[in-house]
Amino acid sequence: MYKILEKKQLSDGVHQYKIEADLIANKCQPGQFVIIRLDEEGERIPLTIADFDRDAGTITLIVQQVGNTTKRMAEMLQGDSILDVAGPLGNPSDIKFYGTVVCIGGGIGVAPVYPIARALKQAGNYVVSIIGARNADLLIMEQEMTDISDELYVTTDDGSKGVKGIVTVPLHNMIGSKREINYVMAIGPVVMMRGVAEVTRPYNIHTVVSLNPIMVDGTGMCGGCRVKIANENKFACVDGPEFDAHKVDFEGLMIRQRMYQDQERGQQCGGNCKCQNH
Amino acid sequence: MPKSLKHKMPEQTPQDRRNNFNEVALGYDETTARAEADRCLQCANPFCRQGCPVNVNIPAFIKHIKNGDFEEAISEIKTKNSLPAVCGRVCPQENQCEKFCILGKKNEPVAIGRLERFAADYARGNKKKSESSAQDKTMGEQIGKVAVIGSGPAGLTVAGDLALLGYKVTVFEALHAAGGVLMYGIPEFRLPKDIVQHEINELRNLGVDIAVNSIIGRTFTIDELLNEQGYDAVFIGTGAGLPNFLNIPGENYNGVYAANEFLTRSNLMQAYKKNATTPIYKGDKVAVIGAGNVAMDAARTALRLGASNVYIVYRRSEQEMPARAEEIHHAREEGVEFKLLTNPVRILGNEKGWVEGLECVKMELGEADLSGRRKPVEVKNSNFVLEVDSVIIAIGQGPNPLIQYTTPGLEVNKHGNINTDEQGITSKPGVFAGGDIVTGAATVISAMGAGRKAAESIHKYIQDKKKID
Repeated sequence: MYKILEKKQLSDGVHQYKIEADLIANKCQPGQFVIIRLDEEGERIPLTIADFDRDAGTITLIVQQVGNTTKRMAEMLQGDSILDVAGPLGNPSDIKFYGTVVCIGGGIGVAPVYPIARALKQAGNYVVSIIGARNADLLIMEQEMTDISDELYVTTDDGSKGVKGIVTVPLHNMIGSKREINYVMAIGPVVMMRGVAEVTRPYNIHTVVSLNPIMVDGTGMCGGCRVKIANENKFACVDGPEFDAHKVDFEGLMIRQRMYQDQERGQQCGGNCKCQNH
Repeated sequence: MPKSLKHKMPEQTPQDRRNNFNEVALGYDETTARAEADRCLQCANPFCRQGCPVNVNIPAFIKHIKNGDFEEAISEIKTKNSLPAVCGRVCPQENQCEKFCILGKKNEPVAIGRLERFAADYARGNKKKSESSAQDKTMGEQIGKVAVIGSGPAGLTVAGDLALLGYKVTVFEALHAAGGVLMYGIPEFRLPKDIVQHEINELRNLGVDIAVNSIIGRTFTIDELLNEQGYDAVFIGTGAGLPNFLNIPGENYNGVYAANEFLTRSNLMQAYKKNATTPIYKGDKVAVIGAGNVAMDAARTALRLGASNVYIVYRRSEQEMPARAEEIHHAREEGVEFKLLTNPVRILGNEKGWVEGLECVKMELGEADLSGRRKPVEVKNSNFVLEVDSVIIAIGQGPNPLIQYTTPGLEVNKHGNINTDEQGITSKPGVFAGGDIVTGAATVISAMGAGRKAAESIHKYIQDKKKID
């Protein structure tokens, strides 16, 4: 059992959990994830490690309510325990000195970007961060990102905070002003990551995205997380989760992420409602 | 019942069982078991034992059954085989012990597998004795500490053998439940999960610790286990975990599964149960590609999940199908249709990315290939489309690369399988391996045989080392 030591709400439907998991905290690196299962009847879902404290033996997960399990997790309280937390899984981020790096997080994607940006900063890079959300209320971890970035840009779709627009706007501006960019790391919704890839592609800027497809075991066994990278199937769990953004088949990824959408919606309302999701 | 034939084991009828996940074969009762045991000639030089990878004393346990000493029978088996209820169900006995039975020369061999299953099931129903005797053996001082990676058949055998010798054994399992392929791969209707868990609990009673959610190579490395955590030796039994794909167009459409994922969702995650949290896509017309045991398991699972048509698509002919004859027979009885000499060319999908067909080409058999099987050759212009809404790919699995990547000094071959000698000794001192991670995908019992040998090697290695120290 893995105890929830702290839980706090970051925005509407988004919670942060500090979880006792000393073996994972001892080993995990930025870019890695865990698979959790809430209880005996639970499904296995992958969640990116947003932070870790080796001395305290804790890992931090930031979770948005989207499906069954994340909704049930939102109802859990400080002091409750999660039955299974397995990890760390996936390959760590390639942390080294690149020069000027741009770290982009969209929505809940800011959470996994944070430890990577922090490590890139510690490796001596000049870190420009761009974080975005639909509106100011949904923006998370602004203070944390400010603390570890040399420059920070905030974007909101409705303009309620920072630049009005999406995260690619400041990126475009940087490229337009001829600033040298040596490395771009982007994590967020698939459309956002695809957008970033398209912005940097013509300039051949090394761009990396972290993918979060559907998984069962997270150790290479099921093949459910396969995604085409340069036209060849790779498993996000053991070959990734980070890949060269310019080689990712984002369209295929988006289709595969919808595989259980109808089934899950049916479960959430028991299928006996008029929610028109079926 | 003429003496020339095996006693039949009762089964659910095909009509009944294709609608449920309960076990298909129901096992012998005491009278039938004793009658079947009476068929054994008690050969002075029993050939059947040669066919058993773990060398169970088959005539001895059968004699106990004949005499009605069922507890003696299971005790005899357990000196050599720590998972008899599993082996009695899933071993390919027709290619092993029963193949060598003298009776089989003219008639049907003794039903050794069914008798093993009977003894194990009897013991589970009446369990006091075997547990207490097992616990007595672990009371002594512990003579060493061994880490076992993977809790499938190979790992469990090593753990059981070494625990009986007095070692402190910890089994590390990456998933949340122990059992490996016995839990995630083989379906409930062939191997009920409570039986697997019972056999694993027997190992716990021997003092074996099982650490779930532990990914070796990530949570710990092998070097850490040996150098920092005080293990004298490590056994790697991580199996054949990485599913192969066909590399044909359309494999990423929704509705296409690797058999591993489909079976894991249904078995380990119990997605076949009503109101299960883990989703599974239930196709109405399902094509399963491949004809091994995993393919049969996937096809029969698809039927039970409600499919109206399930096809086995296989590029060779009936003779070459690698699945056990019994599994093929059961699948056919339940209504699985066999499209043999048929090779998939591409998977067709609709505009939303869901499967709507499997384009195939007809094949014919040509010359024998390297495997000795006649090579299938395409029949020109014979392409056709099989209308399906789900495709399950069951064409084998390769080794998981994680341990290889994170263990310096561990030699693997070009496929990524760990190199060992006959005794399970790897290139790295103190590290042993066996089962599918060494041989590539094979059977439960061959993995257990490899585990048995590796356990002997580990025992010798540790005792030799202690003498020098």
